[in-house]
Amino acid sequence: MLAAIATPKVDWLALSPALAPLAGAAFALLASVLVPARARRGVAALATIAGLGTAVGLGIAVYQRTDGPITLIAESMSRDKLGAAVQILLAAITIVVVLMSLGDERRDHVGEYYALVGVAAGGMIFFVTASNLMTMFLGLEWFSIALYILCALDTHRRSSLEAGLKYLIVGSFGSGVLLFGCALAYGASGELGYIAIRNAPAADDALFAGAMALIITGLAFKVSAAPFHMWTPDVYQGAPTSVTAFMSAATKVAALVVTLRVLVTVFPEQSELWTIAVAVLVVASLVVGNFGALVQTDVKRLLAYSSISHAGFALMAVAANSDLGTRALLFYLVPYAAGSVGALAVVAARERELGRPVTLSALEGLGWERPFHGVAMWTFVLGFAGFPLTGGFLGKLYVFLAIDKAGWWWLVVIGVLATALSLAYYLSVIRAMYMRDGTQARAGAVVAVGGSGRRDPGLDAAILVAMIVTIGSFFFAQPIVDVVRDAAGSLFF
Amino acid sequence: MLATLLIAVPLVAAVVLWVAPLPRDWTAGVASLAILSDVGLWAGGLRNFDWDDQALQYSASQPWIEDVGFSYSVGFHGFQWWLTGLTVIVGAAAIGYGAWVGRERPRGYYPLMLLLVGSLVGVFASQDLLLFYIFFEAMLIPIYVLVGVWGGPNRVRATVTFVIYTMAGSLLMLASVVALGISQGTFSLAALGTSDNDLVFLGFIAAFAVKAPLLPFHGWLRAAYTEAPIEVAALLSGVVSKAAVFGLIWIVLPHFPEPVDNWREVLLFLAAATLVYGSVLAFRQPDARGVIAYSSLGQMGLILLGVFAANDLGLDGAVLQSVNHGLVSAALFLLAGMIETRTGTGVLSELGGMAKGRPVLATLVMVAGMFALAVPGSANFAGEFAILSGVFFQGWGYAAVGAVAIVLGALYALRLISAILHEARGPRVTEDSNDLVGNEVSLVVPLIAILVVLSAWPALVSQHSFPGDAPAATVVGETS
Repeated sequence: MLAAIATPKVDWLALSPALAPLAGAAFALLASVLVPARARRGVAALATIAGLGTAVGLGIAVYQRTDGPITLIAESMSRDKLGAAVQILLAAITIVVVLMSLGDERRDHVGEYYALVGVAAGGMIFFVTASNLMTMFLGLEWFSIALYILCALDTHRRSSLEAGLKYLIVGSFGSGVLLFGCALAYGASGELGYIAIRNAPAADDALFAGAMALIITGLAFKVSAAPFHMWTPDVYQGAPTSVTAFMSAATKVAALVVTLRVLVTVFPEQSELWTIAVAVLVVASLVVGNFGALVQTDVKRLLAYSSISHAGFALMAVAANSDLGTRALLFYLVPYAAGSVGALAVVAARERELGRPVTLSALEGLGWERPFHGVAMWTFVLGFAGFPLTGGFLGKLYVFLAIDKAGWWWLVVIGVLATALSLAYYLSVIRAMYMRDGTQARAGAVVAVGGSGRRDPGLDAAILVAMIVTIGSFFFAQPIVDVVRDAAGSLFF
Repeated sequence: MLATLLIAVPLVAAVVLWVAPLPRDWTAGVASLAILSDVGLWAGGLRNFDWDDQALQYSASQPWIEDVGFSYSVGFHGFQWWLTGLTVIVGAAAIGYGAWVGRERPRGYYPLMLLLVGSLVGVFASQDLLLFYIFFEAMLIPIYVLVGVWGGPNRVRATVTFVIYTMAGSLLMLASVVALGISQGTFSLAALGTSDNDLVFLGFIAAFAVKAPLLPFHGWLRAAYTEAPIEVAALLSGVVSKAAVFGLIWIVLPHFPEPVDNWREVLLFLAAATLVYGSVLAFRQPDARGVIAYSSLGQMGLILLGVFAANDLGLDGAVLQSVNHGLVSAALFLLAGMIETRTGTGVLSELGGMAKGRPVLATLVMVAGMFALAVPGSANFAGEFAILSGVFFQGWGYAAVGAVAIVLGALYALRLISAILHEARGPRVTEDSNDLVGNEVSLVVPLIAILVVLSAWPALVSQHSFPGDAPAATVVGETS
């Protein structure tokens, strides 16, 4: 009888980038049981990196062997260059995050930590290729659950537990909203596949619009776009710094790309509605993110608000609803992700050195004491601010070009004003690092500051990679632009 | 190719100084070597420059992002070549000054100075709107840190004000760059056509009015020039302000003929107001830096009068005066710095009587002051004369205001000279305040020497800035 059940043909190559990190995670979990404690961290990290590295390689293979977009496995996944390119980016981000966390002061749950990072990365990699509301939701929950645990992993810190709980509650609410939206979409069209919904006849307008609104809302929680951002500062501040880096880079990349894919593929007919909705999110995020960041003294909180404002810029590219917008979004995410990981890596280094949360005053003198970290942080915040000589400039420019071409020049003006405002807090980071001496930071220091700090090659490597990407995406933009153009060709406008 | 070299030498040297583990004592030497080789490259290029050729000289072009029509495209027309020369020469003097006073944290200081000079050369060589914007923005980073780290006691406030003003202007320009580029599908300055969009035009004007500065966008000027390390102030007033002149001549005038025409009266009025306001305030300043700062403001007003006149005479004069003013204000700032290191103050009431027993200092201050007041026969006089004749065609009133303001120039310059050199010996001037020494002389004398050459032959610059008609004047010439 079994043979009678028709099984869909499975394209294992297309699935493999999501499976490789899972395999790595499995080995990392095994290592936490089988390997003696002192080697556990190294083996688990190595297994995870191996899994992710394989995912990068497989992602490249998929990218090269895919021409046009195809849907797979009963239309639950799509295989296209867009998905593959983002998968490569996600796996690469995760590798850097693993490098960065090699020196984390974490005694227990070491193997689990790396396993969860690998699982979450696998989930995101799956998430961005979903082409069916169900697989999309599955992917979202897959990585979200891993992230809930990761946030709360440092059980000895209250703030970490608090972050985990907050993220769980707010995140579940977001997921619920998203699921409700999916249900309404199914109710209106009788279909679950992206393309099937679009082609479904007589989708009831009100129901369909409601579904769209709820889906946008659910995804906006993950993107942490205002007004669905309220969990972001607390969670980013409380979570272990490497997890914060992972969330602010990888989660955001995945969620933004899926937002674009869903809106463009499922709701092309309603584009007049959702572009306005996204524009509202953009304005709200830019306002909340920038004004919020202005008054922060904790650097992780500051970066959290900055990430809200970056969600605004990235959504601007989504609102453009065009091929150029897609390219702009993908390009924007590369330097943004590098900057996020890099900046938080510098914060992590300072955190370990001082043994307490990093406030702006704790950064004092960092530029002179740790020249490499200082110059790196400088690069990252200037990249965030969209200064030339960093890829952030080209990203922002691309977004502005896209939205201006879509005819929304007033969004360019708002973006420009937001950028001007953002300089106030980005430069306050530089000011703290270079233009004050380190007396205040030293006063409360647990470990000696001023001598050469404990070497952490993994962390420094992570910072170096992030720096190379931030600057390289400016000077050698053309290869990225080429990839981004091909990837954007997977969506039809 | 030479254009790329001129930009790359300081930038590469900056990176090398940052990254390579050179001994600390070498940094000043390497930086000086880099900037002097840039001067050498420029001087070498000067001999082979074909002034009659309307095409770009020493150009290089390489697509950067083909998608959006952005290319690395650099090269020189005559006036760009002069502004570049001003940059490298003043840059060399400024870096030499930094080496002479021995700035702390050399591995931060020299790379930043080189980065600033390299970006400025990039600004003046740009033939692509985006490239111009990139260099224009890039210079803000070194200025911010140079003032913020090596500056005076109120440096943080000064940098914040400076950055807010500058970024507000240049981000508005970015919006305009985007709008102009998108509407025409290219960023190449040669390929860009004209636009009659007032908003886009005003975005550019905002950036340049802050950078120059033009009244009422000058709020950052006093604090920045006072708190900056003096050689950075020399670069700021001498060269950085000329980025605005370049932008107006090479971007605004040719690409916005109609808006320029519509707004001409306003712009001329603001320029004239800047000239008078700066000159009056310069006369009232209590310290040397203040006098030079506000005299710079006034001079920028004069130069912009020539630019907005937008005819051959005005533009030729504006370029000549840009070079003159750059050299004079740099020389004056450096001299003020040398006086400050000797007496510990720049307050004029505590100085005085320095001429006695200090012949070299006295001579240099006197000569530089004479150029600043544009004594007839000097290059500055030639520049002012050309500008005023140019602006006369746009309205004799502006020329009259300009002529009156030049008298004010004589007032503040003479006050500066006599307050430092003559009058009774000031309380801070002691026997220990010695005359200038060889190294200091070698920093200032080249600047003055070039001015002397230009005084003898101002047409070297003014007649070799624009081959044929000034490019802007060919567009808007019929209104003159």
